[in-house]
Amino acid sequence: MEQAHDHSSLTPAEAEAAGIEHEHPGWSVYWRVAVILTLITIAEVWVYYIPAFVASRAFLPTLLSLSAVKFAIVVLFYMHLRYDHKLFRTLFTGPLIVATCTLFALMFLFGHIRLGHGA
Amino acid sequence: MSATVSHHYSSTGLENRKIAIWAFIGSECMLFVSLISTYLIYKGRSRVGPYPHTPWTDPSTGHVYKAILNIPVTSASTFILLMSSLAMVLALAAVENKGKPQRNLGERILGNSKLWLAMTALLGIGFLGFQAYEFTSFVNEGLTIKTNLFGSTFFTLTGFHGAHVTAGVIWILSMLAIDFKRGLGPSDALNVDIMALYWHFVDVIWVAIFTLVYLIR
Repeated sequence: MEQAHDHSSLTPAEAEAAGIEHEHPGWSVYWRVAVILTLITIAEVWVYYIPAFVASRAFLPTLLSLSAVKFAIVVLFYMHLRYDHKLFRTLFTGPLIVATCTLFALMFLFGHIRLGHGA
Repeated sequence: MSATVSHHYSSTGLENRKIAIWAFIGSECMLFVSLISTYLIYKGRSRVGPYPHTPWTDPSTGHVYKAILNIPVTSASTFILLMSSLAMVLALAAVENKGKPQRNLGERILGNSKLWLAMTALLGIGFLGFQAYEFTSFVNEGLTIKTNLFGSTFFTLTGFHGAHVTAGVIWILSMLAIDFKRGLGPSDALNVDIMALYWHFVDVIWVAIFTLVYLIR
């Protein structure tokens, strides 16, 4: 059922209850996010060029963690998921979780991930 | 935003088109994860080179192929795409705040939606330029989509992403044309927001591709 609404007179609490998004952050937040994303990217590329670190066990978890942080920052702040209605979060995280589980299942099935101490 | 704007809201109280774009983004996540999965599954299983991170000598000719990935170039294109996301949020903010008083030069620059939309499109085109350069150099160095499993999965994954960036650039240029023709204002904020969500999604997918394909050996 589609309806046309005028939300101009709603209080913040009423807007929240109606599922209307909060005010988006401004320039001060956006440029800080851009700086953080740039610094993380520099860190990722920097560790790529350290042979001792690449050979260590910390390399893969470090890169995956940095990438996950970048991913989350863009989604939360630039895509405004931090400020939006929970239905939007569900619509995004639901398929993302299913897809990620499928990825790990396929990696396991094709022998890229091994459990326990098998050969 | 306090302007009175009529949109089509569903029984949830949420705008239909915004629900649709999030559902679309969710489905796109599954598409890209399937492509990334295929790349990862076949990683390291190519019988012949060139390889992404290590050199390879062709036994029949003795020709030595260097590691094919060019991390500095891809790092630059990644930075460009991240900055395009910054330009896009500023474009959205400018459209949302159109009509509000601009007291100084800084506020006039931040409030110029045409500037930020054009900047986003230019950065997107810059990213595509880097990708065209990368694809061309790979082909010149002997890696095509038919060469080996790495080539097949790499070109499919990054090609799909490039196609999405191209669609995004066309969308942004269309919105820029509308802005020049009649001006974008708060009543257009939802349309720009939907476009921005798509653009940021293309950005986050590249965040994952950059790490999983280019940096992890």
